[in-house]
Amino acid sequence: MSTVTGIRRGDAIAAGDPRPRRRLVARPAAWLVWGVVVFFFLNLLGVVGSVLVSSFGQRWFDTWLPDGYTGKWYGEAWHEFALFDVIVVTLQVSLLVVALSLVVGVPAAYVLARRNFPGKRLALLVFLLPILMPPITYGIPLATVLYKFGLAGHLSGVVLANLVPSVPFVILTMTPFIEQIDPRIENAARMCGAGLWSVFLRVLSPLLLPGMLASAILVLVRTVGMFELTFLTAGPDSQTLVVALYYSMSAAGIRAQQSVDAMAVIYTSMMLVLLVISLRYVNPTQLVARVKEEPDS
Amino acid sequence: MSATATRPAPSAGAPQSPRAHWRHRLAERGVDAQLWLLAPAVLFVVLLFLYPFFYGLGLSFQPTEGGPFSDYARFFGDAYQRDTMWITLRLALPAALLNVLASVPIAYRMRGRFRGKRLVTILLVVPITLGTVLTAQGLLNFLGPTGWFNRVLLALHLTDEPVRLVHNYWGVFFSLVITGFPFAFLLVLSYLTGIDPTLERAAATLGAGWWQRFRMITLPLLAPGLATTFCLTFVLAFSVFPSAVLVGNPAGETRVISIAAYQAAYEQYDYPYASAIAMIMGLIELVVISVVLLARTRLYTGSTGGKG
Repeated sequence: MSTVTGIRRGDAIAAGDPRPRRRLVARPAAWLVWGVVVFFFLNLLGVVGSVLVSSFGQRWFDTWLPDGYTGKWYGEAWHEFALFDVIVVTLQVSLLVVALSLVVGVPAAYVLARRNFPGKRLALLVFLLPILMPPITYGIPLATVLYKFGLAGHLSGVVLANLVPSVPFVILTMTPFIEQIDPRIENAARMCGAGLWSVFLRVLSPLLLPGMLASAILVLVRTVGMFELTFLTAGPDSQTLVVALYYSMSAAGIRAQQSVDAMAVIYTSMMLVLLVISLRYVNPTQLVARVKEEPDS
Repeated sequence: MSATATRPAPSAGAPQSPRAHWRHRLAERGVDAQLWLLAPAVLFVVLLFLYPFFYGLGLSFQPTEGGPFSDYARFFGDAYQRDTMWITLRLALPAALLNVLASVPIAYRMRGRFRGKRLVTILLVVPITLGTVLTAQGLLNFLGPTGWFNRVLLALHLTDEPVRLVHNYWGVFFSLVITGFPFAFLLVLSYLTGIDPTLERAAATLGAGWWQRFRMITLPLLAPGLATTFCLTFVLAFSVFPSAVLVGNPAGETRVISIAAYQAAYEQYDYPYASAIAMIMGLIELVVISVVLLARTRLYTGSTGGKG
């Protein structure tokens, strides 16, 4: 129940008041905290803004702003980096990953949410590990195995590699949604003669639709933004947008800085569109992590 | 975990064959046909996570030349490679610590309801979704010698010449803060809002000042959450790869361990060596995480009373 100004004295009294009155007098600590936040956002704005301004700039060397503005870098980036193909690949990979991880993850989440069985803690741990480990650590052995079976370097390898963190993520985000559903609904359906399959399709699926939508969008955002795993397994014709951006950046100097910036802006706007869509369905904190605390015994 | 679905016991009166008997015994312990739903996910984890992991582990003991441990010996014997561990820890530990410690006071201020809170959280999600590659590109423009940041410093006469902030340690550090801080902040905020506010109000009626309330009530309840947040932020920072290459100095100051592993695999095509480095990387990380989580078991664990 704290106000913006950070005055906490009236907490006990203001408890019942839903909207405490703001006061503009603040303690130095509050100013410090807000100063840090504003400083962070200013820098963030500078980071994103300088890419945006540079992508529209004609020439930009030692001045505050570019000499003139032009949109030609976008056309150049579009052709030079074959962005159409890259975006098609990105969409293919992400949609495949979303569909497959839902198909594999939702039934598992159901069992983990509803049932107790020997070895459940072990199963939970194994499902948590791919999220807790950094992608590079398991990505290199995984890429080695995928190369051994001739899967890496193609779309299938990229999809398989991206599934590794996505399936556990679906399981973790779906479990609370499933726990919310009253088990008596299922029991009633079963008593009326519905089998497991029809309980799933006709009772659970409609109830779980919001949850599935949320976790699908979260997986989509994470897959489009996933760099390491795609980088390790992608071949020349299966690069996603982030990986193509990385390659164009690390080969800096060959191409104009601005066309790389233009590509970065295209990537940013794609992510922002996804973000705006996803914020309609999910809580912002869910985009970060939904790590369910294991029950402490 | 609510496992309340009680299943009706199989018909008891019928004469039982040995198989039905076993099925009954297993069902009592919670094993029945429904567990098959778990099968695809288990198969998937085994094939795509556990098998590659153990394959890599086995591979790391089969170097192209020398005995089973010679790749590990090679890594620890070569100062250029060995130092990557310290470089990574020197980047990841301070960055993770700063991110977690800075988020505590800010989240403490913001845990209540105020106008624009949703906007702030949305803005904070932006750098996380943008990812490290784009952040690196932005930092190169923004912090570079002719970038806006140095321009402001020069205009305010804080420095006489541009400060060098990219292509060294600080560039990577800033990129870790920009992507890691919002992550840590949102996690800490969700842990804080999970603490029942009436506890603090009760303390206030007993005459505790804000520092006492924070120190004696909020902090002990928050500490386990902070440990978890630290682990997750550390994992993110420890595997820093794109920004270490792009805004760092990948040949020297910021040659982190993931660069060493990548070079072994994709530049020298020495997969056993690369697997060995990846295993060392995983091990260091597990050590740090288990130290933190061990310390966490000494803290209060249990309900924090709120919605979380």
